[in-house]
Amino acid sequence: MSLNGRACIAGAFEHPTRKAPDTSTAQLHAEVAYGALQDAGLTLADVDGYFCAGDAPGMGPLSMAEYLGLDRLRHVDSTDIGGSSYLAHVAHATAAIALGRCDVALITLAGRPRSEGQATGTATRRQDPAIPDDPFEIPMGRTVAAAYAMCAMRHMHEFGTTGEQLAWIKVAASHHAQHNPHAMLRKVVTVEEVVNSPLVADPLHRLDCCVISDGGGALVVTRPEIARSLKRPVVTVRGTGEAVKTHAGGYNDLTFSGARFSGARAFAEAGVTPADIDYASIYDSFTITVLIQLEDLGFCAKGEGGRFVADGNLISGVGKLPFNTDGGGLCNNHPANRGGITKVIEAVRQLRGEAHPAVQVKDCALALAHGTGGLLGHRHGSATLILERA
Amino acid sequence: MTGTGMDRVFQSPIPDPTTRPFWDAAAEGRLLVGRCRDTGRHFFPPRGASPFTLSPHVELVAAQGTGTVYSFTVMRTAPPYAPAMVELDEGPRLFTNIVDCALEEIRIGLRVRVVFRTGAEGGPPVPMFTPG
Repeated sequence: MSLNGRACIAGAFEHPTRKAPDTSTAQLHAEVAYGALQDAGLTLADVDGYFCAGDAPGMGPLSMAEYLGLDRLRHVDSTDIGGSSYLAHVAHATAAIALGRCDVALITLAGRPRSEGQATGTATRRQDPAIPDDPFEIPMGRTVAAAYAMCAMRHMHEFGTTGEQLAWIKVAASHHAQHNPHAMLRKVVTVEEVVNSPLVADPLHRLDCCVISDGGGALVVTRPEIARSLKRPVVTVRGTGEAVKTHAGGYNDLTFSGARFSGARAFAEAGVTPADIDYASIYDSFTITVLIQLEDLGFCAKGEGGRFVADGNLISGVGKLPFNTDGGGLCNNHPANRGGITKVIEAVRQLRGEAHPAVQVKDCALALAHGTGGLLGHRHGSATLILERA
Repeated sequence: MTGTGMDRVFQSPIPDPTTRPFWDAAAEGRLLVGRCRDTGRHFFPPRGASPFTLSPHVELVAAQGTGTVYSFTVMRTAPPYAPAMVELDEGPRLFTNIVDCALEEIRIGLRVRVVFRTGAEGGPPVPMFTPG
């Protein structure tokens, strides 16, 4: 069954906080849930489907249903594929709505890694011997930064990609972030500033990395008839795709991601091509994440990503593919170390014509949002959405 | 950048009954890899089910302990160290560290051989690689 047109995103809300030491993660979930329902013009009593992932405390949907007061639920889903979870949740909500399992689905993400002082990218976490990969990877000092850096190193080796080309991705994000009053990094940076910032994990520099922020976001996905009855512009789900990529027994190619498969599935379902996309939200944990995903999604050929992103091609109003016009994870926020939901939220803003005027894409009718969750250089989830303004 | 990748104190692996033979061999200085008897292909990490067929027809076999750097990075922590993917001559790639060399000399394509290093809590040593 195709999911094309079977549900709409009726509400979206991004928490304005970037540092929240004096609250709880559950409370942030409540605040973003309330914000998204207010945005949609719906109430708690309308919600009969709920979606959350590993950032939700306790036993996911049970703990959160308790705190949020969700007592009419008839469908829940706690799929956890890291930062890509929330894009998958939109797909799963659309499927559930198409099957009549729920009418109004709420998706929430929230977390406080900044207040909790996690050295998220460069520290090796404690080994959990129940996780089969851990004894083979944790002693080796596995870190998030290393996992992405190894992909960048191999991409450079095979395709001649340069640090300057990667830097253009950060430069583009910073051009957008200057207009976002909530963004953590609002200063416009240059290619030189990126490549001259300290190396974190060769070849990635400090400015190739996303920010660490508190915060969260929420989405409301509904049956199309419900979305059309509300006062907000209607954003329709046209295409969905998911994939999981692993080490495959030791035969992992680090130069591509699961976006190769999730993107192809989403484009096929939507019946459109990359050339039709007006705006793209691309997961940006690191600059290399963006470059590899753009290739895998088909915006350029494999190996051409460096040339594609250079010279401002991702800057709204300047280049051919405006991306992450909120400043993205690289400059704006990366709540709970999982940026997937903010990718959908900014795509919704663009399709509604509600992005900041300085970065709003003119006549934005078709948008793509893509997430990678987990570790690009090890095992990761990929989820792609194609959304259309009705 | 200075360092040879050997200053880092790391967590010792915690074996379970399914991986104990691999770690016992490591303690004797031998690198084992999984081999799927259905397909004849080697795989890593070893496990009780083939990643190619899911069947239990798997065995642990000795690897030559030689390979090539497929990719790597240098973590600019204090001390610095070099996580890497090494492609074994048997085929599979494993996540490891390059040690006992100047970190700036590491390159993709570098020929390496296994050396075993022991972590903070003692116990079985882990396979790392050094040029040569």
